[in-house]
Amino acid sequence: MTPIASPRVAVDIGGTFTDTVLVDENFNVCASAKTPTTPQNPTIGALEGVNRVLTDSGAQLSDIVGFVHGTTLATNALIERCGARTAVITTAGFRDILEIAYERRYSQYDINLSKPDLLVPRSRCFTIEERMLANGSVYSPLDLTALPHLIGQIDDCGANAIAICLLHAYANSSHEILLRQALLELRPDLTISISSEVSPEAREFERMCTTVANAYVQPMMAQYLNSLQDELRHQGLICPVLMMTSGGGMTTLETAAQHPIRLVESGPAGGALLAAQIASQLREDMVLSFDMGGTTAKLCLIDQFQPQTSRKFEISRAERFIKGSGMPVRIPVIEMIEIGAGGGSIASADRLGRINVGPESAGSEPGPAAFGKGGDHPTVTDADIALGYIEPGRFAEGRLSIDRNAAESALAVLGSKLDLSITQSAAGVSEIVDESMASAGRTHAVEGGKDLAERTMIAFGGNGPLHATRVARRSGIKRILVPLNPGVGSAVGFLFAPISFEIIQSRYSLLKALDVAELNSFFDTMIDEATNTVRQAAPTGDLLVKKSAFMRYHGQGHEIEIALPNKDLRDAHRDALTRAFEVEYSHQFSRSVPGMRIEILNWSVTVSTLARPIEKTASLSKSKSKSKSITGGERLPIVCDFSGEHVEAAVFMRNSLEPGDAINGPALIIEPQTTTLVSSDFHAKVLLDHTIQLQRHETGG
Amino acid sequence: MNLFSKTRQQVMWNRLLAVVEEQGQALIRAAFSPIVRECGDISAGIFDVQGRMMAQAVTGTPGHINTMAEAVKSLRDLFPIQTMQPGDIYLTNDPWIASGHLNDFLLLMPVFHDARVVGFTSCTSHLVDLGGLGMGPEGTDIFDEGLLVPPCKLLDRGEINQLLLDIVKANSREPIANEGDIYALIACCETGGRRLVEMMQEFAIDDLGELSDYIIDTSRRGTIDAIAEIPNGCWTNTLLVDGYEKEAELVACLTVEDHKIILDFTGTSPCSQKGINVPLNYATAYSVFALRCIIGSDIPNNAGSLDPFIVRAPKGCILNAQPPSPVAMRHTLGQMTPDLVYGCLRQVLPELVPAEGASCMYDLPMRSAPEIAQIGGEAFALEPAHNGGTGARPTKDGLSATAFPSGVWGSQVEITEASVPVMIKSRQLRPDSGGAGRYRGGLGQRIELQSANNQPFLVFLSVERIKNPARGCKGGKAGAPGRIRLDDGPDLPGKGEVRIEPGQTLIFETPGGGGYGPAHQRCRQAVSADIKEQLVSSATAQSDYDWKPNEDG
Repeated sequence: MTPIASPRVAVDIGGTFTDTVLVDENFNVCASAKTPTTPQNPTIGALEGVNRVLTDSGAQLSDIVGFVHGTTLATNALIERCGARTAVITTAGFRDILEIAYERRYSQYDINLSKPDLLVPRSRCFTIEERMLANGSVYSPLDLTALPHLIGQIDDCGANAIAICLLHAYANSSHEILLRQALLELRPDLTISISSEVSPEAREFERMCTTVANAYVQPMMAQYLNSLQDELRHQGLICPVLMMTSGGGMTTLETAAQHPIRLVESGPAGGALLAAQIASQLREDMVLSFDMGGTTAKLCLIDQFQPQTSRKFEISRAERFIKGSGMPVRIPVIEMIEIGAGGGSIASADRLGRINVGPESAGSEPGPAAFGKGGDHPTVTDADIALGYIEPGRFAEGRLSIDRNAAESALAVLGSKLDLSITQSAAGVSEIVDESMASAGRTHAVEGGKDLAERTMIAFGGNGPLHATRVARRSGIKRILVPLNPGVGSAVGFLFAPISFEIIQSRYSLLKALDVAELNSFFDTMIDEATNTVRQAAPTGDLLVKKSAFMRYHGQGHEIEIALPNKDLRDAHRDALTRAFEVEYSHQFSRSVPGMRIEILNWSVTVSTLARPIEKTASLSKSKSKSKSITGGERLPIVCDFSGEHVEAAVFMRNSLEPGDAINGPALIIEPQTTTLVSSDFHAKVLLDHTIQLQRHETGG
Repeated sequence: MNLFSKTRQQVMWNRLLAVVEEQGQALIRAAFSPIVRECGDISAGIFDVQGRMMAQAVTGTPGHINTMAEAVKSLRDLFPIQTMQPGDIYLTNDPWIASGHLNDFLLLMPVFHDARVVGFTSCTSHLVDLGGLGMGPEGTDIFDEGLLVPPCKLLDRGEINQLLLDIVKANSREPIANEGDIYALIACCETGGRRLVEMMQEFAIDDLGELSDYIIDTSRRGTIDAIAEIPNGCWTNTLLVDGYEKEAELVACLTVEDHKIILDFTGTSPCSQKGINVPLNYATAYSVFALRCIIGSDIPNNAGSLDPFIVRAPKGCILNAQPPSPVAMRHTLGQMTPDLVYGCLRQVLPELVPAEGASCMYDLPMRSAPEIAQIGGEAFALEPAHNGGTGARPTKDGLSATAFPSGVWGSQVEITEASVPVMIKSRQLRPDSGGAGRYRGGLGQRIELQSANNQPFLVFLSVERIKNPARGCKGGKAGAPGRIRLDDGPDLPGKGEVRIEPGQTLIFETPGGGGYGPAHQRCRQAVSADIKEQLVSSATAQSDYDWKPNEDG
């Protein structure tokens, strides 16, 4: 076996499976493995995956030049409530920041709802006398004479992790730092997170939640990360282990152990990064990534090869997928909308005779009815089987037996409630679930003043390529790309991430009254801090600094992110900023509001290594590669998702397709992890890098 | 007919619901009025050519449920459909047509497809200021409260009525914000119209009649089925409220009659001299919202699901104020109507209806003292919103410091302090404020605030449940009443202006919710947990829950 040049490994530990890939210097996948996640000791599952790809590719651990790791362990600990026993310390008079929260019910008509569990009960919320003001000045000093009492309270409640969140600490962190020092001198074993480091943003409830969540997972994550690193070192790994963050950047293990809250949702972030990489290779500047798996679908908008980002995320939404039913955390995240719509999503009839699909999922156990593992509810996968889109004999390379009759019986039960035939039920389930994904995407786009219709969809995940044409049609999207290895997208995506660190800090000012000199030194401090963090993982090389301001009209509640020039600001920049804000505002809300005062609440800095240079593959999509229409020999009966009629679809195996091959729908392109449905109103073409391109034509013939 | 046709109508229904949500979110994001972004005080809907509501956005406040459906019918009847042109948009803020007070502007746009009107989009939003005495209960008639724009054309074939816009701006303390909000409303109507036509093209339909029939019939049938589960009968309830100059009685008689529910407010006290009166459209919105939380809550709002609810009241009672009564603070009592109608419904559905709660939101509109601006000081205005506890539910405790029936967001201390020169000294739950019961009422909260710049400021109160706390039900006890005072003064009434001098502290305590069921039936672990969490003091546990000091849950 020829040695692989500059091999890199990425490991993505998910809730059920751990995906591992090994790539060569050109980022071609040389080996991949899907192994069971081992929640008791996740290091075991990770190492198993690593050893598998090493064996399959003939590489040694010591040869590896890059090792990236993403994990849902932090997320799972938060969802399963198995983190550290955590206590909160806040400013006297404000013990109930968590209890009072937003003072709001997340569901208008549900009078019986329960509020989200925010991990720390009132009896573990302690206070200390001190007070900062919004401008960062000290109103009353930290009362350290209360320390013995506080220590007593902590000892009594048995907490081993502490979240310190004092009012206005984003503007002046000195009391938080002082308090942490004082506590550690007396109780060195405590793990302490302080809000001014974890999330220095105004809005005490969200900052406290973020600090609590960080403290809650910190002991466990620190232990896991150290154990993984030790084990890998022991087995011969020389290069550092870098951790994937929710914001789409990589960071050192040490930083990750300090800010474990930034590790949540790193898996899905990998998927979006992969889509962004494909977008940049193919020069697709407006993309919708569509990642549909077994329980959820995730959509992300990617403009100019950059996934859309956000600063807010909700952990473990209690009630289905309702906004506001989870624990809010303020961290940089790749913004994705997640819908409870996957292959395992269960279809049911409501009392108005409507079909509902999801968010309840049959998961992988018992799974869809067709899996024959005891599931008797009809699912999206059952509908796809009944419509003929999944060929039972070749599902998951035949490793999983598919019982088409069981799928149809389950659909028959649903149909009997709605006076629908089996096929009508299946078609109905498909229509409803595809509409809900398309609607979620449209709404999401509109919220950012964007449009879906002009985008190219990049589809992956076990069910993405199967539902891509159906969701695209409802969104007005005309072009879809299905990359190679659509099933392990996240892990591959990790390898494209830059090393980066983002800091967002509040500092309120009216734009007109902005003190530019003070702002510059405020930025310098943030840039130094972020640079130090990045330099730990990337000691040399050029760094990219991105600065932005979160601005709004005075009186509004929503801020808009405006990029700032990467240099010291001067007074003259105020006019440019005003203009930039007005342009972006008009873009999102149709028109700006002349004469209204503009204010700025938050400032952010991202320091990162340069992205991998875009390969000269831009010609891939545009090049007139010889197009060769192929028809294939095999035919399967399917229900046309465009016309609703019974038709025959041509069947192809993906690994037998060549660049330039062109296929008219209806057709099925089968590969081990998924099937691409080429609907009758689409035609498919295989691009030079083996990406499948699906293009819609209006006629639908 | 192909395999899809059976579910296609449902798909289009889902699409319409998504479109109105899109419109609603866009409007909230663009709004200038704090009440819009904090409470989602907007509405967006799609109507068929007859003016029947097909879909309405679910937003933070129920104050527009039904009012919009009725408003669109009124406007459609005023302007003959054959006179409508593409690009026309109509507008009014008449409280008796739109949404109960002058601040709510309602727009209606005919949607054209193939050169004829196929339906309408409509939306409502709360504008920051319409002149007059401003948002507060001090007006003695509607003319004190600001500018009323009767139904008229805002856009004529795409051309804005500049004179109208100028008049609205000239009569406002916040002309720029008003203009911005009006443009946001126009954009909202236009987006909805465009999406509606796109949908009709995608699904190849020429008119909405068949789809509208399906949506409305299905929803009406579902609602009637839900009503049919309640036995026929008639139940009456009286709710005593604090009122302004004197207490008032709200009276309701709820009749369940096979396929419909009739709510009649006969017996309710006459109007107040001050602006806490409620037009019937607004009282209807909150009452029907409360009923729909329990009867068919999963059925979307539209003409079909709202039809079976009929609300009546004698003209001139405080829940059916007639012009020119002042109505600016109509939400203070409007938000009490859920407790009023629950008092009726509880008699027939005791296992489904919660106890009374704080209900009326405890907002804290504050302004710098008037002389401050004249002497060159920092003038400011802000309206932070806070809440008391909700009533205990039949199987759960009430929620502490949580909005119901409104969907207001509580303000964050750090944001309030960054925006205005006011310092909040503390904000914590009020232990023992939740009414005792098998299920305990939610707790109120206690907020202390003072001037941060040694200058006086004013607070404008319009809250309830100072004299009349939330009553418990089925043997549960009442929650604590609200209480407002200066640290060195007597208790203050719930309505009116308070001046806070430098050095003084305003202590603002929101009410607790009522309890459900006898307190002695409360699970002992729950009592023990309440003591441990210090939500209930050990003394109260002993007196209300027969707790023994050495008892261990």
